[in-house]
Amino acid sequence: MTEQLDAGMVAEQIADADALSSPRRGGELGRGRRRKEDAKLLTGQTNWTDNIVLPGLLHMSVLRSPMAHAKILSVDVSGALEMPGVIAAYSGADLAEVQGSLPCAWPVTPDMVHPDHHPLAVDEVRYVGDGVAVVVARDRYASADALEAIVVEYDELPVVLDMESAISDGTPLVHEDKGTNTCFVWPFAGGEDYDATKAKADVVVKRRFRQQRLLPAAMEPRAVVVAPIAAADDYTVYSATQIPHILRVMLALVTGIPEHRIRVIAPDVGGGFGSKLNVYAEEVLALVVAKKLGRPVKWTESRSEGFQATIHGRDQIQDVEICATQDGKVLGLKVDLLADMGAYLQLVTPGVPILGAFMFPAIYKMDAYSFTCTGVFTNKTPTDAYRGAGRPEATYAIERIMDELAHELGRDPMDLRRQNWIKHEEFPFETVCGLTYDSGNYEAATEKAEAMFGMAALRAEQKARRESRDPIQLGIGISTFTEMCGLAPSRVLGSLSYGAGGWEAAQIRMLPTGKVEVVSGATPHGQGHHTSWSQIVADALGVPFEDVECVTGDTDSSPKGMDTYGSRSLVVGGVAIHRAAAKVIEKARRVAAHLLEAAEGDVEFRSGTFSVKGSPEAKTTIQEVALATFAAHNLPEGMEPTIDADCVYDPENFSFPHGTHLCAVEVDTETGFTKIRKYVCVDDVGKVVNPVIVEGQVHGGLTQGIAQALYEEAIHDAAGNLVTGTMADYLLPTAADLPHFDTGRTETASTTNPLGVKGVGEAGTIASTPAVINAVVDALRPFGVNNIDMPATPERVWRLVQSGGSR
Amino acid sequence: MTRVSMNVDGVVYEDEVESRTLLIHHLRERLGRVGTPIGCDTSNCGACTVLISGESVKSCSVFAVQADGEQITTIQGLADGQGVNGEAVGQWHPVQRAFQQHHGLQCGYCTPGMVLAAVDLLARNASPTEDEVRHGLEGNLCRCTGYQNIVKAVLSAASELRGEGPLPGSFQDSADLTGVGA
Ligand code: FES
Ligand code: FES
Repeated sequence: MTEQLDAGMVAEQIADADALSSPRRGGELGRGRRRKEDAKLLTGQTNWTDNIVLPGLLHMSVLRSPMAHAKILSVDVSGALEMPGVIAAYSGADLAEVQGSLPCAWPVTPDMVHPDHHPLAVDEVRYVGDGVAVVVARDRYASADALEAIVVEYDELPVVLDMESAISDGTPLVHEDKGTNTCFVWPFAGGEDYDATKAKADVVVKRRFRQQRLLPAAMEPRAVVVAPIAAADDYTVYSATQIPHILRVMLALVTGIPEHRIRVIAPDVGGGFGSKLNVYAEEVLALVVAKKLGRPVKWTESRSEGFQATIHGRDQIQDVEICATQDGKVLGLKVDLLADMGAYLQLVTPGVPILGAFMFPAIYKMDAYSFTCTGVFTNKTPTDAYRGAGRPEATYAIERIMDELAHELGRDPMDLRRQNWIKHEEFPFETVCGLTYDSGNYEAATEKAEAMFGMAALRAEQKARRESRDPIQLGIGISTFTEMCGLAPSRVLGSLSYGAGGWEAAQIRMLPTGKVEVVSGATPHGQGHHTSWSQIVADALGVPFEDVECVTGDTDSSPKGMDTYGSRSLVVGGVAIHRAAAKVIEKARRVAAHLLEAAEGDVEFRSGTFSVKGSPEAKTTIQEVALATFAAHNLPEGMEPTIDADCVYDPENFSFPHGTHLCAVEVDTETGFTKIRKYVCVDDVGKVVNPVIVEGQVHGGLTQGIAQALYEEAIHDAAGNLVTGTMADYLLPTAADLPHFDTGRTETASTTNPLGVKGVGEAGTIASTPAVINAVVDALRPFGVNNIDMPATPERVWRLVQSGGSR
Repeated sequence: MTRVSMNVDGVVYEDEVESRTLLIHHLRERLGRVGTPIGCDTSNCGACTVLISGESVKSCSVFAVQADGEQITTIQGLADGQGVNGEAVGQWHPVQRAFQQHHGLQCGYCTPGMVLAAVDLLARNASPTEDEVRHGLEGNLCRCTGYQNIVKAVLSAASELRGEGPLPGSFQDSADLTGVGA
């Protein structure tokens, strides 16, 4: 069911995206509440992990390999131990007994090659940045100084950096003992046989797309502090992590310290984008070193250290083939992926491309789909989830190839999409991959986006510039995307061999003074969870927004959770809270009925008040019920004195946000410089809780997607050094590099959860990259260009113009 | 070791420092003024921005000894009126207010630097265009917001500082909503 925002309001939104914050219904949902999080962040009273200081705190520094592949012949830490302020220093061999091996929770195939991954390398280093030794000293400067006094002898080994050489014969092996650089081969097919379908096609279009390596670069560097109570064998781990709950389990499994002896706290966390969805070497090292020394230990990465030692994103080669009839009906899609794992497997490294596997067919109907992914080891930093994780890659491939097919057929790219996409009336729709899309309205989002964009005028200008051979060419790019969010139904994760479930936990506690505490297992790191949770609870219980307090990010006080990633917080965690609230109301209704001396079935609940049907003066508020329950003097026979409630919610399906993004670029064919002239997006993320927060998520997502298209690339030299190893070299976009975004929304409620929500954290990133590149390629069509590698730097564009499209 | 004295958010601190100690490390590790964070090691991100005698400076790009005798304002001292430790207890600066009203922050890690860079920008240009704001903040990276709402916030604060009142905010206070949609 699509709830079109009314016509007048749509017009207003086109003029001013702010109109989105207008409330559409009563109550808290859909209201643009100011964030509860902001006060401390705006006044510098934030509790970042690196701010934590404890009595006797020691600083840990990690010595890292300067070589991409080498045998370790010896590590001598004795020089470091003589430096002032140094308390201890350890090599990998020193910690071999206690450091364990870092976990990978996603063995995608039974025969997946899963090498050991020691927090400190013991015999061999396999990428530049692999840890070799640690120093612990009284302060940051002393521990950093002491690294220079450690002597390591290496015997250099040949390196393999690109995936195609890595899987060819006679190549150096990243893990000699494994006998191969192939980590896994994961085939998948849906619908009819692809080759038989292709035989019926009139047109076949093939392209090779490269997803360059990216650095997630959350603004807060990673950091960890471990506070031991040695005598009790008890450990508190503060970490700048997205996943305190998962981290606790994993630290127990890796170190052998019993799970109930470890408490993990994610204090205020400054962005993650997937890079803090992991279990890192330094978290384990700080824990085992703190245990050894019986003193608190802190490690904070420097930015250039983090660029080597924090996971990288993307890095795939995609061979994509689409086949269709002459009149434009898509018949089938074939995708062959090479996915770079890097040197080791981190928490979900192999699962990232698999998450994308189901998203290549996207919004289009087709008869046949064939997919194969080969995971490949190289001597580089491990890859893992980066905002979108698999889905941006898939969306890029399908939205790019749809444009190429349109070009091949001489069709308007939007017309071709419209012909092939799932019609609004066809929902729910089972895709060729076997996913059931519950709801969507691609027509509505597209219509609105085209109106906001002014498509006709831009096409006319493009034509004029082409005809006059203007050095500045205009290009128009489309991305009609969908994504799969709300990770995830546990049974689906199980069928994909993931090691855990996808539920989320919530608890609502009614305090005697009428205030409400919400405990959630979804851990925030900038999204504004506490504001959104407060709105959901205020709406459900009819209590003031200000009276709701949220408890998150600490395995003691929010003990159960699956944490934050995959646009899941609202869709899974928010729904868990909503359900817990419903349970509170049911318990409270029983107490209210007792107090009002009415039958439970006669007691209605509205806006925070229980009243008796037919006698409106007989009423009591939920706060009064909370106090009466606390006092417990007069409760229904046999009732426990509490109206608090828990919910652990496991979603029955993914959610499928979608939208239409349109981008106009001006490409200077003489300098190769691309400027985004206009960017319009209409996202359909279902119902929204806080439209301003939603819009902010879209802005940030767009920026990261645009950055992949135009600016960012992690580049290694032939020896495996990260050339873009500092913020001076890796081109993160600034305010001056980006356009103003015109954002809009349509609302097609999700039908698989009671809030009708779909998730928004990754939408912008997933949608924007192909919109921008389609626009660049469109601008360059007259020059014979039909593909460009990302990022579309001035040099790449200029070379393509000069060479008439051959790369 | 060199003896330095500096006024940070209204409190004078005297310390012995190593000549190599960066101002940001001095603020954070010696003085415990941890409101100002560190985002890089190449002076690119601007997270560490503070005001030295009213001018925005990346505090990772100067040594503590260079700040001897200076008046330093961090995000913790920007609001009017200060508590015992110089903590902001009073009225927020218009730029702080505008950041909240226009959702100019998400994780907030870039925010201290962004706010102080904006304060300096507005001190030098009371009526910046959108483009001037975008270029003026080029030295401050944000990974969350896409900058659009930061730019809006700075333009709004500019308007307020000129006495023309803030631009209409993105968020609506409950007060704004009285009677709406009930
Ligand atoms: S920490 Fe100073 S500019 Fe990044
Ligand atoms: S708000 Fe997160 S980096 Fe700017």
